[in-house]
Amino acid sequence: MYTPHTSRDIEAMLRVIGVGSLDDLVRVPDAVALRHPVEVTPQLSEIEIADRFARHAARTTAGGYTSFLGAGAYRHYVPPVVGAIAMRGEFLTSYTPYQAEVSQGYLQAIYEWQTYIALLTGLDVANASVYDGATALAEGVIMAVNATGRKGVLVSSAVHPNYRAVLRTYAEGLELAVDELPYGADGRTDLSSLEAALADQRYAAVVVQSPNFFGAVDALPAGVADTIKATKTVVIGVVAEAMSLAALAAPASWGVEICVGEAQSFGNAIAYGGPHVGFIAATTAHLRRIPGRLVGKSVDSAGKPAYVLTLQAREQHIRREKATSNICTNQAHCALCATVYLAAMGKTGLRDCAALNVARSNELRDKVAALPGFAARFAGTPTFNEVVIRVPGRAAAVLATLEERQILGGVDLGRFYPELEDCILMTATELTSSADVDRLVTALSEIPVRAAASV
Amino acid sequence: MPLPAFDTPLIFETGQDGRANCYLPSGPALDTLLPKHALRDELPLPDNSELDVVRHFTRLSQKSFGIDTVFYPLGSCTMKYNPRINDAMANIPALRDVHPFAPDHAAQGALAVMWELERALASLFGMAAFSLNPAAGAHAELAALLIAKAYFKKKGEPQRNVVIVPDTAHGTNPASAAMVGFKVLSLKSDAQGRVDPDEMRNVVGPDTAVCMMTNPNTLGLFEPRIHEVSDVVHEAGGLMYYDGANANALMGNTRPGDMGFDLMHLNLHKTFTIPHGGGGAGAGPVGVAAHLIDFLPTPVVRAFDADGNANDATGWRETADLTFALDFDRPDSIGPMRSFWSNFAHMVRALAYTYANGADGLTTVSKLAVLNANYIRASIRDVIDIPYDEINRHEFVASAQSLKRETGVRALDLGKALLDRGYHAPTVYFPLIVPECLMIEPTETESKETLDAFIADFRDIVATAKSDPEKVLETPVNTAVGRIDETRAARQPDLRWHPPAAG
Amino acid sequence: MANVPAGLLYSKEHEWVKLDGDVATVGITDYAQASLGDIVYVELPRVGAGLTQFGSIGVVESVKAVSDIFTPVGGEVVGINDGLENDPAAVNRDPYGDGWFYKVKLGDVSQTGDLLTPEQYEQLIASA
Repeated sequence: MYTPHTSRDIEAMLRVIGVGSLDDLVRVPDAVALRHPVEVTPQLSEIEIADRFARHAARTTAGGYTSFLGAGAYRHYVPPVVGAIAMRGEFLTSYTPYQAEVSQGYLQAIYEWQTYIALLTGLDVANASVYDGATALAEGVIMAVNATGRKGVLVSSAVHPNYRAVLRTYAEGLELAVDELPYGADGRTDLSSLEAALADQRYAAVVVQSPNFFGAVDALPAGVADTIKATKTVVIGVVAEAMSLAALAAPASWGVEICVGEAQSFGNAIAYGGPHVGFIAATTAHLRRIPGRLVGKSVDSAGKPAYVLTLQAREQHIRREKATSNICTNQAHCALCATVYLAAMGKTGLRDCAALNVARSNELRDKVAALPGFAARFAGTPTFNEVVIRVPGRAAAVLATLEERQILGGVDLGRFYPELEDCILMTATELTSSADVDRLVTALSEIPVRAAASV
Repeated sequence: MPLPAFDTPLIFETGQDGRANCYLPSGPALDTLLPKHALRDELPLPDNSELDVVRHFTRLSQKSFGIDTVFYPLGSCTMKYNPRINDAMANIPALRDVHPFAPDHAAQGALAVMWELERALASLFGMAAFSLNPAAGAHAELAALLIAKAYFKKKGEPQRNVVIVPDTAHGTNPASAAMVGFKVLSLKSDAQGRVDPDEMRNVVGPDTAVCMMTNPNTLGLFEPRIHEVSDVVHEAGGLMYYDGANANALMGNTRPGDMGFDLMHLNLHKTFTIPHGGGGAGAGPVGVAAHLIDFLPTPVVRAFDADGNANDATGWRETADLTFALDFDRPDSIGPMRSFWSNFAHMVRALAYTYANGADGLTTVSKLAVLNANYIRASIRDVIDIPYDEINRHEFVASAQSLKRETGVRALDLGKALLDRGYHAPTVYFPLIVPECLMIEPTETESKETLDAFIADFRDIVATAKSDPEKVLETPVNTAVGRIDETRAARQPDLRWHPPAAG
Repeated sequence: MANVPAGLLYSKEHEWVKLDGDVATVGITDYAQASLGDIVYVELPRVGAGLTQFGSIGVVESVKAVSDIFTPVGGEVVGINDGLENDPAAVNRDPYGDGWFYKVKLGDVSQTGDLLTPEQYEQLIASA
């Protein structure tokens, strides 16, 4: 326990306060007093705490499998320098930098994060981070709704299913219409109905993800962004695998005005889904609608450069019900980890990392697709580090077989797209070795192939 | 405590192309792997050696306060010590690296952690169930209001769209209400700073959806008639929501569920020692009474005994013999609030803290939090106005209004003077109903010596304000920078570094 | 003591109105700009927008606070002060001149009868 009070301390303090006992001090009316003891854990020493968690860890066997899981949470190498810096007490235990004079270090680190995100997305400005990619999308859509006054959004069905689900949760509260664009035979967003959909100008934004949930590079083709903007509809780009930003064309370069996404890939653990770190970047035109915190550079009373939280009048603690968002915390510490990671990896490390991701997943695709009965579902479409593999029979059955061989083969797409129940989303990163791929291939090759009617 | 004032250029202003570190084997050229039109032209990021990266960020850390270095009497934030065992547990590789899409059978330990914490919280706060899904307190508020909206829609009462909020409420309360399309009705506190049930009776009606309150309120005062307020709201057909920011005041003593609250949230980064980390990530479980369980966000963690029967424990219990599963099949759920299941690493931390305390420990935590706050109040009440000078809970408010009139020194200035002496300032200018407000919350992890030193320094600053106000108005002078031109920051936003123009 | 020029009309929400036929120029008073502190941004209605008297039609942001603009008169917006985009400080410097907000063509000139005279406004701020 972490309370330092001795009984002498308590006695002395009660005397100053003028109350006889602690129980007198904290007394509550009978009507709300506790009736019976609460059922909480026993009180344990650190050795016992560690022992319990060792048992929880032993029951979490996922780490003993060779994993090809991705789908919004990615296994990347985090150099120990990230943890060494992030766990410094000043970074770990500080509060939001509202008192800027004593928070210059953290404020500068977040300014650097904002810069990294702006440079990677090619956009003008980024905020101090938001909870995760899915909520970043919801907040980005809200920005577009406020910019246009239109209460509808058109989203590609190749955007991460969990992100679309969270958008619908928010849309229910805000009474937004959410419509979807289908994906095509090539695994990219099917844009054939886009112009017709834009005609009556009822959407605040069109949302596409690249690489999309299928791993496919799904940037809007040349001219499409302009077509969308001509109807005063905002182009929103989603990035679930931030590592792709090190290799692929920057979202701004294909017309994205608001870029939202997930930066867990930069220096943050997967940790069963959180905490991760979302980002929002935008053109200057949208600056005043950006939710959450923003760090700006100014000067102090002596003219020295100084950092400070700025444009706070947009935020909930001042605007209250007029705020465009209720967001209070950002993910500062996770953003710090990402910033240290980006600094340590540098341009060269990120380039190499991205290249290894593409190389390994291409290797996986080529070797698996060479097996009889297996195929790349969207063959011919460039992918970053994930690929959709069509398997013989149902994906769930194949995955179960792989589990018996200590392999987590990927995500069963039938879970989100019923028409793809024979498909697995497989991910390979710089941590996937050729030996891992070969083990997967060997295991798959032992699965009996019942000839399917259609190939 | 002076903070170092050395210059720290931006990480983009140092570094040289090719000064790369060697974390991975080099990769093939990207244009051999992907078509050129899909690739970016350039990546305008610096390469810095690992030593330069370490020096850069270590120096930045030295220019920032943290609980590890200074006392933070920040009202409403509960800046208590963050025990290191919690981080050690969160960093156990099996728990740190498990993927959210790992099959349930391979994640039983992670699910056990989530279930154990959820059961402990349910019992501790008198709720039928919690969801660990929301990423922060404000996020949980949003979830709770969405639950209320769905509940009334299903009940056939969609006209209920008014949220009643006392004028002392946190800013997130009305902002969350607006995000759900609810209208906000602000209720004036009475002369004792409390919510009057008779006043509440005047404003409830057939359009009342939710009343959002906290107890103790943001003045640090216990609402003695809270159960009457709940009755009034329930009689009108509305729901009661508890803003859990002040939960540190009442553990083991009373429970929001017993006060009549139907919904609540917790800030694990306040009450349960999740490190604030400079502004997040937090974690905000949302709790509900039984009639609202169906609407919780997905997924929910279910527990089963050896026979495969669903476990119906009312509170925490041992889990070695239970199995767990993620339940996504909840037709009345409001849906997910975020990409995956929870800020799991923080659930590990919060459970470790719960293990370290147990029921007795948490009860003591709250008692001593209240003791520390009252001790400070009793020790400075003769030098500064205490608008509600009575036994408070874990925090209290002071007002610099008279001081400002006499000397020109405001709450803001007192805060800056405290920075110079090596304390973080208290919360200032909140709640809005107290002019020149300072909200002080020491928490239970501070020793009497720390409090005595703070009291002495505070008294000295007030005395200086009276004898030589200029000295206070120019603070801070001992920190890395002095007061900052916030007007310039807002009028000429400089929110990022720009690479020098090419050529 | 805040400046309250003659020849203008005032609202309880601290806006001023200068009438020129049926076109009113609107801004915030010296008292308002002093209370708000350094103005950093003004959100104005669009040219062509229809305003309802006393409706909330825009926002004035300072570093630490934000205030709604409640239009003292209704009608069609026929001009806005673009200069405020880059120089919001004009509102602090010259609230009755360069710091003007927008011009509205009154739908109902009699609405000016709902406004305060300079003397009445001075009384209002004296008792605040």
